[in-house]
Amino acid sequence: MTPTDSANTPGRAWIFGDNVSTDLIFPGRYVHLLSNMPELVGHTLEDARTDYAPNVKPGDFVVAGENFGMGSSREQAPVIIKLSGARAVLAKSFARIFFRNAINIGLAAIEVDTTGIKDGDKLTIDLEAGVLKDQASGIERRFEPLPPIMTEILRDGGLIEHIKKHGDINL
Amino acid sequence: MPMTLVEKILANKVGHDVRPGQLVMTPVDQVFAHDLSGPLAISQLRSLGFKGFKHPEKVRFFLDHASPSSTVASANEHKTIREFASEWGVELVDVGEGICHQVMMEKYVRSGEIIIGGDSHTCMGGVLGALATGMGSTDVAIAMYLSRTWLRVPDTMRFVINGRTPHGVYSKDVMLHIIGRIGAGGATYRSMEFVGSTIAEWPVPERSTLPNMAVEAGAKCGLCPSDARTLEYLTQQGRAKDYTALSGDLDAPCNFEMKVDASALEPQIALPHNVDLVVGVTDPKVRNVRIHQIYLGTCTNGRIEDFRVAAGVLKGNKIAKGTRLVATPASRQVYLQGMKEGLWTAIVEAGGLVNSPGCGACPGVQTGILGSGENCLSTMNRNFKGRMGNPEAFIYLGSPATCAASALAGVITDPREVVR
Repeated sequence: MTPTDSANTPGRAWIFGDNVSTDLIFPGRYVHLLSNMPELVGHTLEDARTDYAPNVKPGDFVVAGENFGMGSSREQAPVIIKLSGARAVLAKSFARIFFRNAINIGLAAIEVDTTGIKDGDKLTIDLEAGVLKDQASGIERRFEPLPPIMTEILRDGGLIEHIKKHGDINL
Repeated sequence: MPMTLVEKILANKVGHDVRPGQLVMTPVDQVFAHDLSGPLAISQLRSLGFKGFKHPEKVRFFLDHASPSSTVASANEHKTIREFASEWGVELVDVGEGICHQVMMEKYVRSGEIIIGGDSHTCMGGVLGALATGMGSTDVAIAMYLSRTWLRVPDTMRFVINGRTPHGVYSKDVMLHIIGRIGAGGATYRSMEFVGSTIAEWPVPERSTLPNMAVEAGAKCGLCPSDARTLEYLTQQGRAKDYTALSGDLDAPCNFEMKVDASALEPQIALPHNVDLVVGVTDPKVRNVRIHQIYLGTCTNGRIEDFRVAAGVLKGNKIAKGTRLVATPASRQVYLQGMKEGLWTAIVEAGGLVNSPGCGACPGVQTGILGSGENCLSTMNRNFKGRMGNPEAFIYLGSPATCAASALAGVITDPREVVR
């Protein structure tokens, strides 16, 4: 499943707060696991909430407040969120390095008002139309779709695949 | 048309006027990665069928986060990077040389350049008037591969800092104060431009703490003008030829301006677990907070000037029982100069310990990991939960003077009484 598929398949919301740092997403103490991704993925977001990694299902959503992914530039932070099965991260705002990294590795990072979404709610999202729906509460939010170049990078599966296909980045 | 500093740099590179919010493709002057971001950048390059750099002179790899290697995994990653650098003829800055940002400032950054680094504190290069910004491994790999990158032209936030800092107050205190006022996301996607009489007076090393910590407010970059102080620093470093004057126009439109009166500040402390939880050192929240470990160093405050202040406080005194002090110079140059000046002797005689140059205890992968429930006061730039390797520990941030004074007392202490 790519981030641009499955507008109508619902996924569970996993709620996180403001200022989730890359140290919380990928704690530095696990840096020795970089060559063992399956085990590293089992620690995704562990210092923010311990029940996420063991229970997340493919197609679920990480839902957060302001400034998601603040701090270090470690690209493994979005990589392990993607490998954990999350279809997208939805947040009120993102730290800029995390945002770039997420798109580059093919994880949708969507800036949208997440107020009122509760843990466990079933969500659907249409990336290209820019619509988020919460089936539990009936909340429907519009968001600015990503710039075309970023949607294209996501569809290609990340920046490396995009460059392989097109040889360059054309804004 | 008047332009801010970041707009001048970008307009010059892309060859046309730029406006905030615009996406541009820009040439890149220098690009680097380190031992945590490098291996993934290398594997991304290989997956592109990499066959050599168009501009090997623009590319560098640093081994600084685990320096020297602390595990078999890090030793093997160092080996991968050394072999790759040797194979493709790019410079390897090996263990013991120091932290990438410090070495970049000492030897390589030039005003007006665009610099991409695989580390969030790359923004420190802005101290010399360069648009230096941190990115992840894939962006770094692509910048190495294409010698170009895409950027969104950032809005500028202008910080006008005036007045002379009181005795015992430093640029670290000024920057903590600013981050406390605007918040950890207060400058997200933006350029922080630092101007005013305080900046004009400070030498480059004192200035460098400001752009270094710009990312702690979410900024893309933090910029100081390239001026007489820049020329003075570059001359000391034997590279006066790298100097060009460059500054933002003060009448350039920008949608945020903040005035800071440096003369009215007291030493500042950031409380666990966020850099924007900032209070004055006399605030009851930090009174008598017991400190188990002091960590002096990092790209934020690991320079010779920082160790002069700290060693001046420690010299002839003893660190409190129950408190340990770890010092890590930011580069080989700092290490050697500190040796000549007897700074390490003063620290070790006071009961501290001195490590070899590098990131040291900051990233939490080696030398100085905290115990559960312990408090650390450090000169570093971030205090997130788990940062120094243990999510059950608590990190406070302060200046080198505050750290040294607190080492002697064993609790968070106002340095103004003891700074020489």
